[in-house]
Amino acid sequence: MIRLEKRPQPSRAWSLATPLVAVLATMVAGGLLFAVLGKDPLEAIRTIFWEPLFGEFAFYYRPQLLVKGAPLVLIAIGLSLGFKAGIWNIGAEGQYIMGALFGAGVGLAFYPHEAWYIFPLMVIAGGFGGWVWAMIPAYLKTRFGTNEILVSLMLVYVAEQFLASMALGLMKNPEGFGFPGSRNLQQYESAYNADLIAGSGMHWGVVAALIAVIFAYVLLNRHMVGYHIRLTGEAPRAAKFAGVNPTRLILFCLGTSGILAGLAGLFEVSGPSGQVSIDFNVGYGFTAIIVAFLGRLHPVGILLAGGLMALTYIGGDIAQANLQLPSSAIQVFQGMLLFFLLAFDLLTNFRLSFGKPEVA
Amino acid sequence: MDLSAINPILLIASLMVAATPLLFAAIGELVVEKAGVLNLGVEGMMIIGAIAGFATAVESGSPLLGFVAAAVAGAVLSVLFAILTQFAQANQVASGLSLTLFGLGFSALLGQNYVGIKPPQMEKLDIPLLSDLPVVGPILFGHDVMLYVAIVLIAAVWAVIKFTRAGLVLRAVGENHDAAHALGYKVVKIRILAILFGGACAGLGGAYISLIRVPQWTEGMTAGIGWIALALVVFASWKPWRVLLGAYLFGGVTVVQLNLQAAGVAIPVEYLAMSPYLITILVLVILSADKSSAPAALGRNFHASR
Repeated sequence: MIRLEKRPQPSRAWSLATPLVAVLATMVAGGLLFAVLGKDPLEAIRTIFWEPLFGEFAFYYRPQLLVKGAPLVLIAIGLSLGFKAGIWNIGAEGQYIMGALFGAGVGLAFYPHEAWYIFPLMVIAGGFGGWVWAMIPAYLKTRFGTNEILVSLMLVYVAEQFLASMALGLMKNPEGFGFPGSRNLQQYESAYNADLIAGSGMHWGVVAALIAVIFAYVLLNRHMVGYHIRLTGEAPRAAKFAGVNPTRLILFCLGTSGILAGLAGLFEVSGPSGQVSIDFNVGYGFTAIIVAFLGRLHPVGILLAGGLMALTYIGGDIAQANLQLPSSAIQVFQGMLLFFLLAFDLLTNFRLSFGKPEVA
Repeated sequence: MDLSAINPILLIASLMVAATPLLFAAIGELVVEKAGVLNLGVEGMMIIGAIAGFATAVESGSPLLGFVAAAVAGAVLSVLFAILTQFAQANQVASGLSLTLFGLGFSALLGQNYVGIKPPQMEKLDIPLLSDLPVVGPILFGHDVMLYVAIVLIAAVWAVIKFTRAGLVLRAVGENHDAAHALGYKVVKIRILAILFGGACAGLGGAYISLIRVPQWTEGMTAGIGWIALALVVFASWKPWRVLLGAYLFGGVTVVQLNLQAAGVAIPVEYLAMSPYLITILVLVILSADKSSAPAALGRNFHASR
C-alpha cells in the first residue's frame, strides 16, 4: 500500500530534480510517440536535442537558440512574478502582439526618417503596448473582481484580430504590391533590431532578457515587493495581516508581465521577424507558461528552461525537415513536458510511504 | 450593405446551432465546478473531442458513432487532469492549462490527414406536420438530434443537482470538502466522476463544432469557445438554466456578427470578429460583482491527511 504523506517543508532536492526528471520522462514518452508515428525514436530525440547544439550545422542553429530563447525568457520572467503570487496572466500572447504593434507603429510612423532616437522610442512604445493590454485585466480585477484568467485570455483573440486588421489595413506596406503585411523593418536602419555582433543572434531582446532575469532575481530576493509577492503566494492570510496591498500587487505583477511581453513582441517584430504580418505570433506567449513552470518560477531556472524550450523549437524544425516529423508533434512534446512536471512535483511536497499506516 | 437579406427565422435557427457547442462544454464544466474543481482544460478537451469525433465519423460513416468517440476522447483526456489534481495534488490552474496546450498540439497531430474532408452529415429532425409549420417549424423542430440532447442534458443536470441525493453530495463536496470527507463521502472519487463528466461533455461540444456547425476539420478550430464556456459558467452563477440563456446570448452575438460580415456592413470584418470576445469580457465584468454563488471550495485541492 502506497500512501502520500505531506512533507513539513517542501523538499529542496526534489524541487531541483523534478524538472530534470520531467525532461527525461518527456523524452521517453516523446520517443514512444515518435515511434508510433513511424520514426526512429532515438534518431528523433537526437535530432531535437543534439543536432542544434553539436551537429554538422550547429554554427547556424546556435544563434537561433538566442533568437528563440529571448522572447520565451522575457515573457516567462514576467509571468512567473504573477504566478508566484497566484495572479494568473495567461494572455501574454496578446500582450506580445500589442507590444509589437505599438512598437512597429512608432517605427513605421517615422519612416523614412533616420535618427538614433527612433529605436529607443519604439522600445518604450512596445513596453507601453504590452502594459496597456495587461492593465485591462488588472484594472477589471482590482475594480470589479473580474477573473483575470478569462479576461487576459479573451484579449488574446481580440489582439489577434487587431493584428490582422493592422496587417491588412493601416500598417500595410504601401509599396507592397497589395500583399498583406507592413514594410520590413529590417530594411529600415533606424528601426532595425540588428544582431549586436553580426551573426551571433545576440540582439537587444537577448540583452533585455538577461537584464530581466537579474532584475527579477534581485526583486524576489532583495526587495520588499518581491517578498510581498512570495508571501501572498505562500500564505495569503499572513500577507493580509502583514499589510500587503493586493490591488497594488495585482497592478504590479500584471503590469510588469505586460511590459516584458510587449518588449518581447517589439524585439521580435523589429528584428528576426521584421514585419507586422497576420501570422506574426507563433505562440511564444503560451509556451512561456511552460517555461515559467519548468524553471520553477525562479529567474535562473527560467533562463535554463527558456534555453531548453528554444532547443525543442529548433530541433523540432530540423526534425520536420530531416525526418518529416509533423510540426504539431513538437507542440505535443512541449505539452507533455508540463504534464510530467506537474505530476512529479508531487514528490516535492509529499513523501511516498510504503507499508501499512502506523498508529499515531 | 443590405440588412434585409438577413432572415430572422434562419438567424434564430442558426443561433441555436452556434450555441450548442457552448451548451455542452459549459454544462459539463458547471458540474465540475459544482464539485469544487476548476478545470481550465475545456478548450483542450473540446478540440480533442472535435478531431476524435470527426475522424470516427469519417472512418465509420456514422456521425452518431463520432459523438460517442468524442465523449470518450474528452473523458480520457480529463483523466490526465484528474490524475494531476486529485492524486498528484498539482495546481488546478496549471494542470488545466497543460491540458489545453497538450490538447491543441495533439489534435493537430491526429488531424493532419483529415484536413479538407467533408464528414458524413447528420440527419435533421423531420417530424411530419410539426417541422413544416411556418416560423416555429424551422426554429423548434428542424435541427439535428444532438441539439436537443444538449437541452435535455441541461434539464437533467438541473434536476439532479436540485432534487437528488447525488446532487446534494456533489454540492457538499464543492462547498466544503473537509466537512464532506468527515461525513464519509469519498471526495476524491466524486470529484473524479465530475471531471470525467465534464470531459465527456466538452468532447461532445467539440464534435458538434467539427461535425455539424462548421462541418470540417481545421487546426485550432475551437477558437476560444472552451474559454467562453468557462466564462459562461460564471455568467450563469453556476445555475444550469442560466447556462442555456447565456449560451443562446453568445450564440446570438456570433451569428449576428457573421451575418453582418456577410451583409457587408461598414465595420471591418476583424472588429466584428472581436465582438464575441469583447462581449464575454463585458458580461464577466457586470456579473463578477456577485461572487456569493460560487462553490466555496472551488479550485482548492483536497488531501486527506489521515
